[in-house]
Amino acid sequence: MRSGLLKWLVVALASALTTTVAAQDTDPIAEYRAMFGDDNPAVFWEMRGEDLWKAKRGPKNADLSECDLGLGKGVVAGAYAQLPRYFKDAGRVQDLESRIVWCAETLQGIPPSELLKITFGNGDDQRSEMEALTAYAVAASKGQKMAVPFEHPAEKAAYELGRQTFFYRAGPHDFSCSTCHAASGKRIRLQALPNLTDPADSRAAYTSWPAYRISQGELRTMEWRLNDCFRQQRLPDLQYGSDVAVALTMFLAKNADGGVLSAPALKR
Amino acid sequence: MAAALCALGFTGAVAAEPLGDALTASFKPKGQATLQRLNQDETQKACSTGVVLPGEAAAKVIADNTASIRYPAQGQYLGDWKNGDKIAQTGTGFQSSDDPAKPAGGNCYACHQLAEAEIAYGTIGPSLKQYGKLRGNGEAMLKYTWAKIYNAQAFMPCSTMPRFGHKNILTEQQIRDVMAFLFDPASPVNQ
Repeated sequence: MRSGLLKWLVVALASALTTTVAAQDTDPIAEYRAMFGDDNPAVFWEMRGEDLWKAKRGPKNADLSECDLGLGKGVVAGAYAQLPRYFKDAGRVQDLESRIVWCAETLQGIPPSELLKITFGNGDDQRSEMEALTAYAVAASKGQKMAVPFEHPAEKAAYELGRQTFFYRAGPHDFSCSTCHAASGKRIRLQALPNLTDPADSRAAYTSWPAYRISQGELRTMEWRLNDCFRQQRLPDLQYGSDVAVALTMFLAKNADGGVLSAPALKR
Repeated sequence: MAAALCALGFTGAVAAEPLGDALTASFKPKGQATLQRLNQDETQKACSTGVVLPGEAAAKVIADNTASIRYPAQGQYLGDWKNGDKIAQTGTGFQSSDDPAKPAGGNCYACHQLAEAEIAYGTIGPSLKQYGKLRGNGEAMLKYTWAKIYNAQAFMPCSTMPRFGHKNILTEQQIRDVMAFLFDPASPVNQ
């Protein structure tokens, strides 16, 4: 199923790119995204995630129906639009992914090390439960407006740490997030870069993650996006659910306030 | 590892924890990307504020980086433009996923237009199309361009351009090759 779809996509991509050579003012990504209509392979991750969410698992033989993503126990719809946030029960700010890990540990007794054995999937042999669970929860907020809570001091502290990280230059190439994402209308090769210091660009970028990445045949989460940006910055490996990962997500999510969630979206 | 995983999420209660501590706790070494890479030199530190540097600090960045520039032996600025072309196209090098035994690329096309035929160029830096043709290859222009590639922050404090010579991203010979790609009349850059 997926390999057939991928072959079709390669053809679609090639034809879209060929068109672009002739007319550079068109956007090949937008073109082949349009070819999909409303279809997005992310739906397979969403369905697998829903099954996982509702399955009785772990030492406690429980499902995740009691998981509180911030809007009350069991409320999944709309929750992603108000994350990250401070959770009193956990005593910390959590993004969606770290909250799911926390729910699985407390409700199902599943150790985080087990759920995070595969954080990022790689084909059918190496599927990530985290990507599926995240896709399910995110899809339940489609069409919702980003409104990240910003009352608790820990939420403000996370935002500030995220802001500092965004501008932090290091490594052999002196790169920071801001190297590529602090000016408008720029691109790397042909890839357009969102200016994440600009509200409109921030909304458009943040609300489209997680996304199905056509070039990888995988659904990718915000944790993946950040991890891979740091790899390209020539820095070491950003740890899943770490302080910096959550803080940076807080910075990006808060800057996207008012944006309407379209995730899981479709990307090149 | 297990202890760290049990505490997923941002832990700072009120004030932001010191950035350095948070970074050290949030990254793990991978491949050639060690935790030492999180340590900043003075220029990196000065350029991480998110605001334009005040005059004095900007002057110090320029002075420090100017002092780092090493010019090539015997004034040999130009190498093989064909190899320079490859270096300009190559985006790998120094990533945790890269083989440290292979030479790093310069990835010039990520940010600059160069040869007209290559349409997949980025726009973070200015277009360098017909670089040598427009500027000539006088000694002063060669020297300036060498220095710019070697350490762009000697000219523009907090420039986004990597300091290819100063940080040993490219070897002296690789910089010569990139120079030839920019200046050689036969190079596709100058067509």
